[in-house]
Amino acid sequence: MDFNENFILGCSAIGAGLAVIAGIGPGVGQGIAAGHGAAAVGRNPGARGEIMSTMLLGQAVAETTGLYGLLVAMLLMFVKPLMP
Amino acid sequence: MPHGILLSGGDIDFMVHGVFQYSFFGHKVWITTTHICLLIVVLILIGFSIAANIAMKKAKEIPSGFQNFVEMIVEMLDGMVDGSMGKAAPAFYNYIGTIFIFILFSNISGLLGLRPPTADYGVTLPLGVLTFLIVHYNQFKYNKPKDIWADMCSPLPPWLPIWFPINLISEIAVPISLSLRLFANILSGTAMMALLYGLLKWIALGWPAALHVYFDLFSGAIQTYVFCMLTMTYISSQRPE
Repeated sequence: MDFNENFILGCSAIGAGLAVIAGIGPGVGQGIAAGHGAAAVGRNPGARGEIMSTMLLGQAVAETTGLYGLLVAMLLMFVKPLMP
Repeated sequence: MPHGILLSGGDIDFMVHGVFQYSFFGHKVWITTTHICLLIVVLILIGFSIAANIAMKKAKEIPSGFQNFVEMIVEMLDGMVDGSMGKAAPAFYNYIGTIFIFILFSNISGLLGLRPPTADYGVTLPLGVLTFLIVHYNQFKYNKPKDIWADMCSPLPPWLPIWFPINLISEIAVPISLSLRLFANILSGTAMMALLYGLLKWIALGWPAALHVYFDLFSGAIQTYVFCMLTMTYISSQRPE
Protein backbone atom coordinates (compact mmCIF):
# COMPACT_ATOMS: atom_id res chain seq x y z
CA MET A 1 0.00 0.00 0.00
CA ASP A 2 1.38 3.39 -0.84
CA PHE A 3 -0.46 6.48 0.25
CA ASN A 4 1.02 9.84 -0.53
CA GLU A 5 1.87 12.47 2.05
CA ASN A 6 -1.17 14.64 1.51
CA PHE A 7 -3.56 11.75 2.08
CA ILE A 8 -1.88 10.90 5.40
CA LEU A 9 -1.86 14.57 6.41
CA GLY A 10 -5.56 14.91 5.64
CA CYS A 11 -6.41 11.78 7.58
CA SER A 12 -4.30 13.04 10.49
CA ALA A 13 -6.27 16.29 10.48
CA ILE A 14 -9.59 14.39 10.52
CA GLY A 15 -8.27 12.23 13.33
CA ALA A 16 -7.21 15.31 15.29
CA GLY A 17 -10.67 16.79 14.87
CA LEU A 18 -12.26 13.57 16.08
CA ALA A 19 -9.86 13.35 19.03
CA VAL A 20 -10.85 16.72 20.48
CA ILE A 21 -14.49 15.55 20.66
CA ALA A 22 -13.18 14.12 23.93
CA GLY A 23 -13.72 17.64 25.25
CA ILE A 24 -17.49 17.09 25.50
CA GLY A 25 -17.27 14.81 28.52
CA PRO A 26 -15.14 17.04 30.75
CA GLY A 27 -17.25 20.04 29.72
CA VAL A 28 -20.42 18.37 30.97
CA GLY A 29 -18.65 17.09 34.07
CA GLN A 30 -17.15 20.45 34.98
CA GLY A 31 -20.50 22.12 34.46
CA ILE A 32 -22.19 19.67 36.82
CA ALA A 33 -19.44 20.20 39.40
CA ALA A 34 -19.74 23.99 39.14
CA GLY A 35 -23.53 23.81 39.42
CA HIS A 36 -23.39 21.70 42.53
CA GLY A 37 -20.69 23.97 43.93
CA ALA A 38 -22.94 27.00 43.39
CA ALA A 39 -25.85 25.18 45.06
CA ALA A 40 -23.64 24.27 48.01
CA VAL A 41 -22.49 27.89 48.43
CA GLY A 42 -26.14 28.96 48.32
CA ARG A 43 -27.02 26.52 51.07
CA ASN A 44 -23.99 27.27 53.23
CA PRO A 45 -22.29 30.59 52.35
CA GLY A 46 -19.91 30.25 55.29
CA ALA A 47 -18.03 27.32 53.71
CA ARG A 48 -17.34 29.18 50.48
CA GLY A 49 -13.56 28.76 50.48
CA GLU A 50 -13.61 25.05 51.17
CA ILE A 51 -16.31 24.39 48.54
CA MET A 52 -14.33 26.46 46.04
CA SER A 53 -11.10 24.50 46.50
CA THR A 54 -12.85 21.12 46.45
CA MET A 55 -14.73 22.09 43.30
CA LEU A 56 -11.59 23.29 41.52
CA LEU A 57 -9.73 20.12 42.48
CA GLY A 58 -12.53 17.91 41.18
CA GLN A 59 -12.84 19.90 37.99
CA ALA A 60 -9.12 19.70 37.33
CA VAL A 61 -9.17 15.93 37.77
CA ALA A 62 -12.20 15.64 35.49
CA GLU A 63 -10.42 17.74 32.91
CA THR A 64 -7.68 15.15 32.46
CA THR A 65 -9.53 12.95 29.96
CA GLY A 66 -10.26 15.93 27.75
CA LEU A 67 -6.62 16.89 27.87
CA TYR A 68 -5.65 13.40 26.71
CA GLY A 69 -7.81 13.95 23.64
CA LEU A 70 -6.15 17.31 23.09
CA LEU A 71 -2.72 15.70 23.38
CA VAL A 72 -3.62 13.09 20.77
CA ALA A 73 -4.82 15.85 18.45
CA MET A 74 -1.63 17.86 18.96
CA LEU A 75 0.55 14.81 18.34
CA LEU A 76 -1.35 14.07 15.12
CA MET A 77 -1.13 17.66 13.90
CA PHE A 78 2.37 18.72 14.87
CA VAL A 79 4.49 15.64 15.51
CA LYS A 80 2.91 13.62 12.65
CA PRO A 81 3.64 10.09 13.88
CA LEU A 82 1.90 8.52 10.86
CA MET A 83 4.20 10.09 8.27
CA PRO A 84 6.53 7.53 6.71
CA MET B 1 6.63 22.61 8.95
CA PRO B 2 5.80 23.28 5.32
CA HIS B 3 2.04 22.76 5.35
CA GLY B 4 1.23 22.30 9.00
CA ILE B 5 -1.40 24.97 8.99
CA LEU B 6 -2.24 26.18 5.56
CA LEU B 7 -2.66 29.90 5.96
CA SER B 8 -0.01 30.56 8.53
CA GLY B 9 2.95 31.27 6.31
CA GLY B 10 5.00 29.03 8.57
CA ASP B 11 5.53 31.34 11.55
CA ILE B 12 3.53 29.31 14.06
CA ASP B 13 6.08 28.05 16.48
CA PHE B 14 5.61 26.56 19.91
CA MET B 15 7.81 23.52 19.69
CA VAL B 16 10.97 22.83 21.65
CA HIS B 17 14.08 23.64 19.63
CA GLY B 18 17.57 22.29 19.96
CA VAL B 19 20.19 24.93 20.61
CA PHE B 20 23.42 23.04 21.09
CA GLN B 21 24.33 19.44 20.44
CA TYR B 22 26.94 17.39 22.21
CA SER B 23 27.89 13.77 22.52
CA PHE B 24 27.28 11.95 25.78
CA PHE B 25 28.85 8.46 25.86
CA GLY B 26 28.12 8.10 22.17
CA HIS B 27 24.57 9.42 22.35
CA LYS B 28 23.55 12.61 20.61
CA VAL B 29 22.17 14.89 23.32
CA TRP B 30 20.65 18.34 22.78
CA ILE B 31 20.58 21.40 24.96
CA THR B 32 17.11 22.72 24.12
CA THR B 33 15.17 25.92 24.66
CA THR B 34 13.56 24.21 27.65
CA HIS B 35 16.93 24.02 29.40
CA ILE B 36 17.56 27.70 28.78
CA CYS B 37 14.11 28.82 29.97
CA LEU B 38 14.43 26.55 33.00
CA LEU B 39 17.82 28.05 33.78
CA ILE B 40 16.39 31.58 33.57
CA VAL B 41 13.46 30.63 35.84
CA VAL B 42 15.76 28.98 38.36
CA LEU B 43 18.20 31.92 38.34
CA ILE B 44 15.35 34.37 38.99
CA LEU B 45 14.09 32.21 41.84
CA ILE B 46 17.59 31.90 43.31
CA GLY B 47 17.98 35.67 43.15
CA PHE B 48 14.62 36.11 44.84
CA SER B 49 15.52 33.64 47.57
CA ILE B 50 18.87 35.37 48.22
CA ALA B 51 17.08 38.71 48.48
CA ALA B 52 14.52 37.14 50.83
CA ASN B 53 17.31 35.68 52.94
CA ILE B 54 19.04 39.06 53.24
CA ALA B 55 15.72 40.70 54.13
CA MET B 56 14.97 38.11 56.80
CA LYS B 57 18.48 38.33 58.33
CA LYS B 58 17.75 41.89 59.42
CA ALA B 59 14.06 41.26 60.09
CA LYS B 60 12.26 43.75 62.29
CA GLU B 61 9.52 43.17 64.80
CA ILE B 62 7.10 45.23 62.76
CA PRO B 63 7.57 44.04 59.17
CA SER B 64 7.56 46.45 56.27
CA GLY B 65 8.14 46.36 52.53
CA PHE B 66 9.89 43.31 51.18
CA GLN B 67 9.91 41.47 54.50
CA ASN B 68 6.14 41.81 54.61
CA PHE B 69 5.84 40.31 51.13
CA VAL B 70 8.07 37.31 51.94
CA GLU B 71 6.22 36.62 55.17
CA MET B 72 2.91 36.80 53.33
CA ILE B 73 4.03 34.21 50.77
CA VAL B 74 5.39 31.84 53.41
CA GLU B 75 2.27 32.17 55.54
CA MET B 76 0.03 31.49 52.55
CA LEU B 77 1.96 28.36 51.54
CA ASP B 78 2.14 27.05 55.10
CA GLY B 79 -1.58 27.66 55.54
CA MET B 80 -2.31 25.70 52.36
CA VAL B 81 -0.21 22.74 53.55
CA ASP B 82 -1.74 22.94 57.03
CA GLY B 83 -5.25 22.91 55.62
CA SER B 84 -4.90 19.65 53.75
CA MET B 85 -2.28 17.63 55.64
CA GLY B 86 -3.14 18.32 59.27
CA LYS B 87 -0.57 16.89 61.66
CA ALA B 88 1.85 15.76 58.95
CA ALA B 89 2.14 19.30 57.60
CA PRO B 90 5.42 20.50 59.23
CA ALA B 91 7.42 17.78 57.48
CA PHE B 92 6.19 18.97 54.07
CA TYR B 93 6.28 22.78 54.32
CA ASN B 94 9.58 22.90 52.46
CA TYR B 95 8.84 20.46 49.68
CA ILE B 96 5.34 21.66 48.84
CA GLY B 97 6.37 25.31 49.09
CA THR B 98 9.31 24.73 46.78
CA ILE B 99 7.39 22.92 44.06
CA PHE B 100 4.52 25.42 44.35
CA ILE B 101 6.77 28.42 43.73
CA PHE B 102 8.72 26.62 41.02
CA ILE B 103 5.68 25.40 39.07
CA LEU B 104 3.85 28.71 39.46
CA PHE B 105 6.78 30.72 38.18
CA SER B 106 7.39 28.24 35.34
CA ASN B 107 3.77 28.48 34.29
CA ILE B 108 3.57 32.24 34.27
CA SER B 109 6.98 32.67 32.66
CA GLY B 110 5.09 32.71 29.34
CA LEU B 111 4.30 36.32 30.20
CA LEU B 112 8.01 37.14 30.13
CA GLY B 113 8.32 35.84 26.58
CA LEU B 114 9.84 32.51 27.56
CA ARG B 115 8.43 29.20 26.47
CA PRO B 116 7.05 27.84 29.76
CA PRO B 117 9.39 25.03 30.91
CA THR B 118 6.39 23.05 32.18
CA ALA B 119 5.17 22.78 28.57
CA ASP B 120 7.85 20.13 28.12
CA TYR B 121 7.07 16.61 29.30
CA GLY B 122 10.66 16.20 30.42
CA VAL B 123 10.06 18.77 33.15
CA THR B 124 6.69 17.59 34.43
CA LEU B 125 7.40 13.85 34.44
CA PRO B 126 10.18 14.15 37.07
CA LEU B 127 7.80 16.18 39.24
CA GLY B 128 5.19 13.42 38.99
CA VAL B 129 7.80 10.75 39.68
CA LEU B 130 8.99 12.66 42.76
CA THR B 131 5.42 12.67 44.09
CA PHE B 132 5.18 8.94 43.36
CA LEU B 133 8.41 8.20 45.24
CA ILE B 134 7.42 10.29 48.26
CA VAL B 135 3.98 8.65 48.39
CA HIS B 136 5.43 5.15 48.34
CA TYR B 137 8.20 6.01 50.81
CA ASN B 138 5.49 7.10 53.23
CA GLN B 139 3.41 4.05 52.42
CA PHE B 140 6.20 1.64 53.34
CA LYS B 141 7.24 3.71 56.35
CA TYR B 142 3.84 3.97 58.02
CA ASN B 143 2.03 0.79 56.97
CA LYS B 144 2.72 -2.87 57.67
CA PRO B 145 3.51 -5.01 54.57
CA LYS B 146 0.45 -7.12 55.33
CA ASP B 147 -1.82 -4.07 55.23
CA ILE B 148 -0.25 -2.86 51.99
CA TRP B 149 -0.87 -6.26 50.41
CA ALA B 150 -4.47 -6.26 51.65
CA ASP B 151 -4.89 -2.75 50.28
CA MET B 152 -3.52 -3.74 46.88
CA CYS B 153 -6.03 -6.64 46.64
CA SER B 154 -8.63 -4.32 48.03
CA PRO B 155 -12.15 -5.24 46.85
CA LEU B 156 -11.41 -8.94 47.25
CA PRO B 157 -9.89 -10.68 50.31
CA PRO B 158 -6.04 -10.76 50.53
CA TRP B 159 -5.76 -14.48 49.73
CA LEU B 160 -7.38 -13.94 46.33
CA PRO B 161 -5.13 -11.44 44.47
CA ILE B 162 -7.13 -11.29 41.23
CA TRP B 163 -7.53 -7.53 41.57
CA PHE B 164 -3.81 -6.96 42.22
CA PRO B 165 -2.74 -6.19 38.60
CA ILE B 166 -5.53 -3.64 38.20
CA ASN B 167 -4.59 -1.89 41.44
CA LEU B 168 -0.96 -1.94 40.33
CA ILE B 169 -1.89 -0.22 37.07
CA SER B 170 -3.89 2.41 38.92
CA GLU B 171 -0.87 3.08 41.17
CA ILE B 172 1.41 3.50 38.16
CA ALA B 173 -1.15 5.78 36.50
CA VAL B 174 -0.81 8.32 39.32
CA PRO B 175 2.48 9.98 38.29
CA ILE B 176 1.59 9.73 34.60
CA SER B 177 -1.77 11.45 34.98
CA LEU B 178 -0.34 14.05 37.40
CA SER B 179 2.42 15.03 35.01
CA LEU B 180 0.31 14.82 31.84
CA ARG B 181 -2.36 17.06 33.38
CA LEU B 182 0.13 19.83 34.12
CA PHE B 183 1.93 19.36 30.81
CA ALA B 184 -1.19 19.33 28.63
CA ASN B 185 -2.74 22.35 30.32
CA ILE B 186 0.31 24.52 29.87
CA LEU B 187 1.00 23.18 26.39
CA SER B 188 -2.57 23.94 25.29
CA GLY B 189 -2.22 27.52 26.53
CA THR B 190 1.11 27.92 24.76
CA ALA B 191 -0.21 26.40 21.54
CA MET B 192 -3.34 28.54 21.62
CA MET B 193 -1.36 31.75 22.04
CA ALA B 194 1.08 30.70 19.30
CA LEU B 195 -1.81 29.98 16.92
CA LEU B 196 -3.39 33.32 17.77
CA TYR B 197 -0.22 35.29 17.12
CA GLY B 198 0.57 33.24 14.02
CA LEU B 199 -2.83 33.35 12.34
CA LEU B 200 -4.29 36.66 13.48
CA LYS B 201 -1.21 38.81 13.71
CA TRP B 202 -2.88 41.57 11.66
CA ILE B 203 -5.40 42.26 14.42
CA ALA B 204 -3.59 40.85 17.46
CA LEU B 205 -3.11 44.22 19.12
CA GLY B 206 -3.76 44.65 22.81
CA TRP B 207 -6.71 42.33 23.24
CA PRO B 208 -4.65 39.10 23.44
CA ALA B 209 -3.65 40.40 26.89
CA ALA B 210 -7.01 39.15 28.19
CA LEU B 211 -6.24 35.69 26.83
CA HIS B 212 -2.79 35.83 28.43
CA VAL B 213 -4.49 36.51 31.75
CA TYR B 214 -6.63 33.40 31.27
CA PHE B 215 -4.12 30.96 29.75
CA ASP B 216 -0.99 32.00 31.62
CA LEU B 217 -2.08 33.46 34.94
CA PHE B 218 -5.40 31.77 35.72
CA SER B 219 -4.75 28.37 34.19
CA GLY B 220 -1.17 28.32 35.43
CA ALA B 221 -2.15 29.19 38.99
CA ILE B 222 -5.01 26.67 39.05
CA GLN B 223 -2.81 23.89 37.73
CA THR B 224 -0.09 24.71 40.26
CA TYR B 225 -2.66 24.56 43.05
CA VAL B 226 -4.10 21.30 41.74
CA PHE B 227 -0.69 19.67 41.43
CA CYS B 228 0.24 20.59 45.00
CA MET B 229 -3.19 19.64 46.39
CA LEU B 230 -3.12 16.24 44.72
CA THR B 231 0.43 15.61 45.91
CA MET B 232 -0.61 16.45 49.47
CA THR B 233 -3.77 14.34 49.22
CA TYR B 234 -1.87 11.30 47.97
CA ILE B 235 0.81 11.67 50.63
CA SER B 236 -1.55 12.21 53.56
CA SER B 237 -3.71 9.26 52.49
CA GLN B 238 -0.73 7.00 53.25
CA ARG B 239 0.06 8.48 56.66
CA PRO B 240 -1.70 7.65 59.93
CA GLU B 241 -4.18 10.17 61.25
